[in-house]
Parts: sequence; structure tokens; C-alpha cells
Amino acid sequence: MPPTIQFILNDRTISTDIPTGLLVLDFLRKYLHLHGTKEGCKEGDCGACTVLVGELRGRKVEYLPVTSCLMPVGELHGKHLVTIEGLNLPQLNPAQEAIVEEGATQCGFCTPGIVVSMTGYLMQADGPVTADGIKMALSGHLCRCTGYRSLKQSWMYLQQRPGQRRGIEALVKAGILPEYFLEIPKRLRAIPPLPEKAPSPQVVIAGGTDLYVQQGERLPDIPVGVLNLRPELRGIQRENGHLRVGALTTFEEFAAHAEVRRLVPDIDQYMALIASWQIRNRATLGGNIVNASPIADMTILLLALNATLVLQNGSAQREVPLAEFYRGYKTLDKQPDELVYDILIPLPPPGTKINWEKVSKRKYLDIASVNSAIAVRVEDGHIAEATLAMGGVAPVPLLMRRTGAFLIGKPLAPDTVTGAIEVAQQEISPISDIRGSADYKRLLTRQLTIAHFCKLFPEQIKARDVYESQ
Amino acid sequence: MNRNNHRNRRGRRESGERVLINTDAASHTRGESQYVDDLPRPADLLHAAVFGSPVAHGRLKTLDTSAALASEGVVAVLTAADIPGENQIGPIIPDEELLASEEVHFVGQPVAVVVAETAELARKAREKIRIDIEEQDIITDPIEAYEKGEIIGSPRVFELGDVASAWEQCDLILEDTCVVGGQEHVYLETQRARAVPQEGGRLQIFSSTQSPYATQRTVARILGVPNHAIEVDVLRLGGGFGGKEDQATPWACMAALAARHTGRPVELVLSRAEDMRMTGKRHPYVSKFKIGVKRDGTILAYEVRHYQNAGAAADLSPAILERTLFHSTNAYFIPNVRAFAVSCRTNLPPFTAFRGFGGPQAMFVIESAITKVAEALGLPREAVQRKNLLQEGDAFPYGQRAERCRARRTWDETVMAYDLTAIRECVRQFNETHFERKKGYALMPVCFGISFTSTFMNQAGALVHVYTDGSVSVSTGGVEMGQGLRANLTRIAAQALGIRPQRIRVETTNTTRVANMSPSAASATTVLNGNATLMAVEQILERLKRVAAQELNVADWQAIRIADEAVLHGGHDTGMTWSELVQKAYLRRVDLSAHGFYATPNLYFDREKEKGRPFAYHVYGTAIVEVTVDCLRGTYEVDSVKIVHDLGRPLNRTVDLGQVEGGLAQGLGWMTMEDLRFNERGECLSATLATYKVPDAFFMPDDIQVAFLEDADEPTGPYGNKAVGEPPFMYGIGVFFAIRHAMRAFRPNTELPFRAPMTPERVLMQLHQVEVEALTAAQASVAVTM
Repeated sequence: MPPTIQFILNDRTISTDIPTGLLVLDFLRKYLHLHGTKEGCKEGDCGACTVLVGELRGRKVEYLPVTSCLMPVGELHGKHLVTIEGLNLPQLNPAQEAIVEEGATQCGFCTPGIVVSMTGYLMQADGPVTADGIKMALSGHLCRCTGYRSLKQSWMYLQQRPGQRRGIEALVKAGILPEYFLEIPKRLRAIPPLPEKAPSPQVVIAGGTDLYVQQGERLPDIPVGVLNLRPELRGIQRENGHLRVGALTTFEEFAAHAEVRRLVPDIDQYMALIASWQIRNRATLGGNIVNASPIADMTILLLALNATLVLQNGSAQREVPLAEFYRGYKTLDKQPDELVYDILIPLPPPGTKINWEKVSKRKYLDIASVNSAIAVRVEDGHIAEATLAMGGVAPVPLLMRRTGAFLIGKPLAPDTVTGAIEVAQQEISPISDIRGSADYKRLLTRQLTIAHFCKLFPEQIKARDVYESQ
Repeated sequence: MNRNNHRNRRGRRESGERVLINTDAASHTRGESQYVDDLPRPADLLHAAVFGSPVAHGRLKTLDTSAALASEGVVAVLTAADIPGENQIGPIIPDEELLASEEVHFVGQPVAVVVAETAELARKAREKIRIDIEEQDIITDPIEAYEKGEIIGSPRVFELGDVASAWEQCDLILEDTCVVGGQEHVYLETQRARAVPQEGGRLQIFSSTQSPYATQRTVARILGVPNHAIEVDVLRLGGGFGGKEDQATPWACMAALAARHTGRPVELVLSRAEDMRMTGKRHPYVSKFKIGVKRDGTILAYEVRHYQNAGAAADLSPAILERTLFHSTNAYFIPNVRAFAVSCRTNLPPFTAFRGFGGPQAMFVIESAITKVAEALGLPREAVQRKNLLQEGDAFPYGQRAERCRARRTWDETVMAYDLTAIRECVRQFNETHFERKKGYALMPVCFGISFTSTFMNQAGALVHVYTDGSVSVSTGGVEMGQGLRANLTRIAAQALGIRPQRIRVETTNTTRVANMSPSAASATTVLNGNATLMAVEQILERLKRVAAQELNVADWQAIRIADEAVLHGGHDTGMTWSELVQKAYLRRVDLSAHGFYATPNLYFDREKEKGRPFAYHVYGTAIVEVTVDCLRGTYEVDSVKIVHDLGRPLNRTVDLGQVEGGLAQGLGWMTMEDLRFNERGECLSATLATYKVPDAFFMPDDIQVAFLEDADEPTGPYGNKAVGEPPFMYGIGVFFAIRHAMRAFRPNTELPFRAPMTPERVLMQLHQVEVEALTAAQASVAVTM
């Protein structure tokens, strides 16, 4: 017998023992006949199925939009699931009004999901509604009809609304959210935790953002282990000399952490490129690492940061440097029963500069043709330390050991970059695929290596000089 | 001229417009608008999944469905042998089976339909179908198909003047080849249909189709029943863009076939991956051009050969090919033209209609030719464009003359309003001061003919009822697919009747209420169905006016008018309201229903001579597209798009603006990131949204400005309005040339091909050709020494 899970759907309490791997989207549409949540792609790319998931954080419930097509029902235990039906009031809410006023809906299929994300944005902490904020709310949504201008324009409408304050109490008070939201924290606290002993899963799921894309037809039928029900796997601590990052820490949580922001000051821009708001709220660092995609954006960054993994099996733990974790294409130094538990990121010495590069067909929210990250420290005009990682150029996310070794001790000069490019070309083995030809990936390896140095050391390294030094 | 500046636009809204855009918009935002599979489900509803060919070409040797049939929850597995009528769905040429019987011609071609209690069970059972196919050679390239004689229909040639003798007068003659990719529709709602058995062997079909009549008659053909046995009902589409003009039909046919066999309602909803793998898309083309000019840039002669990659069956390809010919010279007058076009049969899914319908491919080629001329003569591209723009009375190669020609007017207003001189200077300065990043711009004029080019299709019907409470029901043959048809028809009917729009209900599109409708396509849906609605409304209105005259005891019923729900005589309020008038008419036993029928006048086209007047009118417009290219990374951003568009008189500014911006977005996508790919086995490599990208909110520039021409009423349009759906798509073509312009600033002398889409890969590889050669040479030498 699968465990009975309990959660709140809009204002209803639901208890169910359906298979835990069933998708929230299918549960809503096929079992509950809530048709406002639409299926557009079932791979997290279109956002038509966006719902809000509220989770207790202390006394409050925090709501984040997620794509219901990549989320197992099993994970809903003790949470508040909000669909478009749960947001509707007798009158239109401001997000809905804005869309109507701006003529920002045509065929209407993508619209409910967009309303959910925009309302979710309004539900975040107080602050003015901004154009960038609305763009973030729209980031995971495809609309094939409008061309987006009218949707983006809605921020002006939302900003102009008098007395607009965000936050759940304020929104309920302003008649923007239904009143039942006020009772949710109490109702969630009343839901008992699941019994520890669950049937042994065939598959464990973290964020599921890639697993469901790959195995969407199989997972709903089998017992799955929902890692997200284990809060101990989440969170970031600073310990002596390193950050200890729980494997289930989401992209969004990772990027919001002060230490991470200090380390990679432009991490927000990277996040915006690599995943939509909905996916960042789901995708985990551990999942990104274990998924072992050769172009895993987060893994590439962690490689440059010289991360080490803590693997756990029962009570036994061992450490493996991330760069040694990959044995071949999608082959890991990991036993079936082992879990990636923590990721240790050493805090680099002062003066270390970090840069990332990503090129894809669509700039935002696309899988990279080649991505890369570098950590460099320069002392007295010479490179003292250099760690370079490249994705999409080998069967695994690649730490460019030889290129890194080559750079150390060299002067910070165009010739050095040229030399590094030559070494890098020997280290990579790209293949042609839908993301680009092998030649293109070789060229990108060169260009992105140049780009790293131009961006980090604009005074000393200019692309023109590197081109001419060859 | 009006910019769509936020404040201006809102300020200019006419009363009633807000209510109008609310009709569907409010329920869209509440998630209450229904699509086919949102309709209440009958308890005995079955679900179907389609088994498609795993290979691109071959003879069926065996097809074993027994294991699938024995699977859990499976009710039936249907193949070609189960089709009671004719196994044929080809709309123009009967060359396409619903379910393959002996041969398969593309990967994903439907072979069998599994019907089960749930969609998941149907898909699981599908895995158990065993098929053995004797594979045959395949063709994916249109030129190869042409050379092997694999063509559909006959090649067509449009001619004007005498190209052969014109070459001698040219100072410069240039030739090149253009290769342009296909485009996946990515309607957010995938293909779907539900068939519900009715008494007497009838079937009611809910379909996401742009062409209810095509769906009706094809289902009837498949089942071997009269058209009247099939009722097709369409509430709305979650996007169509041409992809559901003809290719919604097979899925409805399969659902109908399954319903017929099982006696139960059957729903068929394609998953995104199935849809992207099995359905047709915009046609890829290879086109060869030769262009001859005077030294000052005047074009004297243009010869073009379009090889259309039609895929494995005719589908709508011959009609699309025809429009390619119609738009071969875009908005330019060229005195000597020879345009050749041929549909080439390949082993890819049958390519189909997509916004622009063959026009965009033709325009890409002429714009490429003009670019080549400008680069060779050292002239700004826009100087050559401007010099050759159409003027009033100029002849198109198909004989029609440009009437109320606004090519130069929209061009000049664009140049003035958006200050092209400043843009040019800004780009020049930026490029002087930046090494890695370069800006570029391009102007893109558009001239697009409105009407179905098959003249007979330019007809539409409408059925209007006025109920005794004064509410009004409007049915037409037009389908609401996000283009705002419902809002437009509401406005047209309300304005004509002189009543509040809230009284109007635009109904579902249903083949029992309006028969034999043309597809909602060719940008003509509002024009045709709006005019038909007007004709129905006018009949009722005349009857009502006669009643009013009788009630008021006046003789001149023509002096009666209804405005703001009040009955006026000679402009004076009579005290009688709309509701009262309707009541009185009912009691006098006056017919409060009417059918209107519209056929666009003065259209003809002679396909023997390839001359005629195929279009009611042309839509004109000009766009400026500005981009910034990162020459280090090969990436680019669209900085702005600024448009002056000829809309006639706007019917509903919000709706029309949405069409312009939405069309533009698709055009920009087609030219940049939308990279439709097939491998040498004919398999689609870009069959998911993870591998096929469409524009998102970040890609689309924040700076999009659209102005509509003022004082540009179109006499044949409902209330002076012009069609708007397709023409704006082609503004997107400008981005290709803007990127090329920026690339030229980085590499003034490199050979750059005319190959779209201009993906970041192509940009980078073209900018660094020498380095690529060095890198690959170095790799080769490594391989040798190893």
C-alpha cells in the first residue's frame, strides 16, 4: 500500500493513496477535472501547467510557481497546491485585469499559467512591481500568439494600481487573493508528517526537472522515493574554509545565498539564462550533478569552483571530487544505494575571479551548445591559479586540467590565452548534434576562453589582441 | 500616425472596446475557456494513441497488432483495413492515406490507432505493435527530388516583360542560392479531437480545426457516409497559425473511425512530441536567383527558381507554391521577371500551411537578391530597396496592378517617424567605437495580397438570430483561434445593429449552422465572415425598420435608424427601444433570423495564362529592425522593431496590434532560433521544445513600436478594415538582414551565404571562417600524428 498523502488543494484538503510518482498535472486534469491547468509540452519548457506550491516556513507559508508537469504528487504531502481555480475571485485579480486591459491574451491556452506566475510574483515579499520582476514571472512561459510586449507591459498596469502592496495578508486584504489563504498555515501545521517507513523506491526523485522529461511515461507507475520530503538534504552552511550545500538545495536557494553571491557576483544573470523561475524553484544542485548531462550548467560552475561531493549510504559517508565523479557518458562513481548528500565548495583565496559563459540557440532557457566557467587568481601580473570547466565538448562535464595547468605561472597576456586555446583544443572531443557541429563547439571553446579573459581582465586582455597574436 | 505608446493608445480607446476585448479574454485569464479536452467527459469516453511509421520510406511487410489488442484496457486497434470508406485525406490531390496500407513515406506516418480506456494505456499498448517494413531509399533534399522527377503537380512559371533580352541592358548581374528552413507551428494546444456517436449512425466531432468543413467532408469520406452524417463543432483553438488548416483533419478522422468501431466517444490528443514528429510545418525552400540592375540600383530583371520541399504528400503545397510565386517580387516593381516554382516530393512529413503561406520564403529570396546588389554596388541596402518600391498602377508579374498602393507611403513614414538617419548614425558610431560588438539594421517592406488565391474559396456564410429578449446570436464559418474573430464579429454586429456589444453572442463554429465554409486562413477570416455577418444583419435590420415605420406610422422606413439601443426617425429619438422593437416584430410574425452570404467581388485568376486579379487588395507596411551582434560569441540581440503598418481603418486596435506583434514574433523566430532539423534517415531531430526553441519574453525586444496608417480605409473591408493576420509575419525577415549588416561591420569582405535561420552557430562560424579552418586543420594533423 502506498502511503496516504495529505495536502491542501486550493481550499480543499485532499487525502489520497494514488501512486506517488503520478504527475501533479495529470492528477489535476484527469482525476480532479480541474482544467484550468493546461498541458503544453510536459517537459517544463512552456509553463502552461504552472501552479503554485506553498510550503510552511516557520509560521508563514511561502509560495513559489512550479511546472506541475514535472512534479510528483507524492511531494505534495503537507503542502498547499494552488491552481488557477484557487486564485479566481468573483472579480478579476490585478494580474488578470492587466492581461485583459493590455490585450495580452489571444488564444488563451498559455494564459492561466501566466496568471498563476504573475500572481505568484505579487505574493512575494513587499516591494514595487518592476518590469524586470514581471519578466522573471514570464520567464518560464511560452506564448506563441502575442509577441510578449503586451504581457510585459502589464507591469505598468500593476504598478499603477493604488495602494498596491505585496505579501499574502496585504493581498487578501486588498481583495486580490481569496480569504482562505489566511487559514492555510494553520491547516498545514495540522497535517502530520508521513511515516518514516515508506516502501523501497525503484527510483529516487529530487526536483524531477530532467528525470520526468526522460522517463515521464514510466515514473507514474512505480513507487518513487521523493527526496524533497527530507528537509535535511537542503540548505547551505558556511564551515571552516568551505560552503556545505545540501544536495537538494534548489538553484533559486543557492543563488540567493549571500556567500554564493559574494563568490559569483553576477549569479543572478547566470540563473536567468539557465532556468526559468519555475524550474529554478525545483531543480536541485544534486540532481544537476547526478543527471550527468555533459552540458549541465550548474555542474560546470561547480567544477570551476573545485567542488567536492559527499556521498552517503546509510550512515557511511565518503568524499569524491566532482571532477572525478564522472567516469564516462552518464556513468558515475556512485553505488546505486548511495545518495549525493552534500556539495562542498572551498572558499577560494581573496582575489579569485570567477566568470561563466554560455552560448545556446536561444539565449535564455535553452540547453547550451557550449558552456564554461573559470576561476582565476592573478598575482603580480601572472596567473597563480586557474580552474577551467567546459560543457558540451566531451562525454562528461569537463574539468580542463591541462589547460588549467598550462595557465599557471604564465603572464596575463594575449599570448597566454592563445596558448591556452591550443591546449584546450587537445583536451576536448566534441561531437556534432542538435546543439551544434563539432567544429562549432571547437570554435566556441576558443571564443569562450577568450571571452573569459576579456570579461575578467578587460584592461589587460582584448579580443583583438588575442586574434592578432595567433 | 499613431504610435502604440501606452498612454496614447489607451486614451484613444473608443467606448465599448474594453467590453469587447473582455468577451474571451476574461475567461482566458480565469482558466475557464474550454478547449476540446476540457469539455465535460462522457463516462464511457475512450482515448486513442497513434502508431506511426518508424522509418521514412518502405513497403509494409507485416503489421502485428495482436499483442497491443490483448493489452490492459485496450478496446480496439485499427488499421487501414478497418476504414469503411475511402482511405484518403489529400485535400487538393488525393495522394495521402489516413492510415498507411502498403507503403510508408515519412517517419511518423500514421499506421494504426490504438483505442483504450485511458490515453496512458493506449500509449503503452502502442509499444507492443510489431511492424516489419522493407526499407527503401529516401530523399530529403528538394533539388535531389526535382532531379529524380519526384515532383507534385507541374512546375509553374509567372512572367512579366522579357527577362532574356533584359539581361543585356544590365550593368551588373548577380546570382546566388538561398536556403531557408522550415518552421514548427508550436500552437500551445496540440492537435486534438473528440468524436461522439449520435443516433442513426451520426457523429458529432469536437475538433481543434481551422477548417470545420474540410474535417467534416474528410471524415465523411473516410467513413463512407454523407456529409450530413457528420457534425463538426469548434469552440476555439489554442493556436493554429495554419497548422490546423488541413492537418487537424487526420486526427479527427481517427477519432471518428474509432468512435464508429467502438460505438463509444473517443478522444485523441497528441502529446507535444507526437505532434512535433508527425505533423507538417512551414516548407523549407531552396531558391536560385539571378538579378540584373543598372549602376544606380534600378532592378531591370529578376529570375528565380523556387524548389519547395513539400514533404511526402501534396497537402496544401500546390496552393502554397502559388503564393510563393505571387510574392516573388514582394513590394518591388521589376519590369522583367521570370519566376519558376516547383513542389518537390521528399520523405519528410507533408509540409503545410503556416502564416504567410509560401509568401515569406519568396520575400526572403528577393530581399537576399537586393542585399547582394547593394553590397556589390556599395550602396546602402535601403537605397536599392527604396528605388524599386511599387508605385500606383505598377503591374505585378501575375497581371494585377497595384491599386491604392502604399508601399512608398509606409516606407517614407517609417523612415520619417522613426528617424532612419539617426538610427544609421547611431549604428555607425557604435561600430566605430566597438570591436567585439557590432550593430546592424535593416528595413523590411511588405506587400501581401489578401484573398484565397483559389478564387472559389473567397466565400463565407453567417447565420444571425435575434431573440425576443433582444439578445443576438451570430454563427459564421470562421473559427476563433486567438486572432480575435469573436471580438471582431461582436463589434461588427453591434455596430451594424446599433446595440450594446454585450447583447451579441458569437457562437461556436458548427457545420450544421453554417455549411461549406472555407478554412479560417489567408488573413481573410474577419473580412469574409464579417461581411457575411453584415449581410445577415442588414436583412434583419431592414425588416425591423419596416416594423418600426409601421408602429410609428411613418412611410419612409429608410429614415429609421437604431443607435445606442434607441430607435431614431430622421435622427430624432422615437422613444422606442431596441428591445421593444424586437418584441413588436415578433408579435407581427416577422422573421428575426437571417443568413448572410458574402463572395469577394471582382476576383479571377487564369491558371493557363497565370494572369488575373487574384487579390481583393494588398496590405503594405515597412519595418526597421535593429540588432546587436556579439562577434566574440556569435550571439545577438534584437534591439528594436519599428513598424508602420497599413491596416485600413482599425476595427479593434488592441486585437489588430496583437496580430501585428504576434506575427512579428513568429517571423523573428523563423529567421533566428527556430532550427527545424531532420537527419539523413528523415527523423526530426528537433521534435521537442527542448530542442526546438521559439521566441520567449527575453528574446523579444522591449522596444517594439507599431504605428497604423491614418486615412487608409479599404473600401471592400468591413468598416474600412484590412486583413491583418499574415502580413506582419514578414517584418521578421528584416532581422536576418540586420544581423548580416552587423556581421559586415566586423567582416566587410567575407563571403556570407543567404541561409536561414541565422542561428548563433551560423553567425559565429561565418564570422570566424579562417579560425575554423585552422582549428580543423590542427585537429586533422593531430589525428595523423597519433
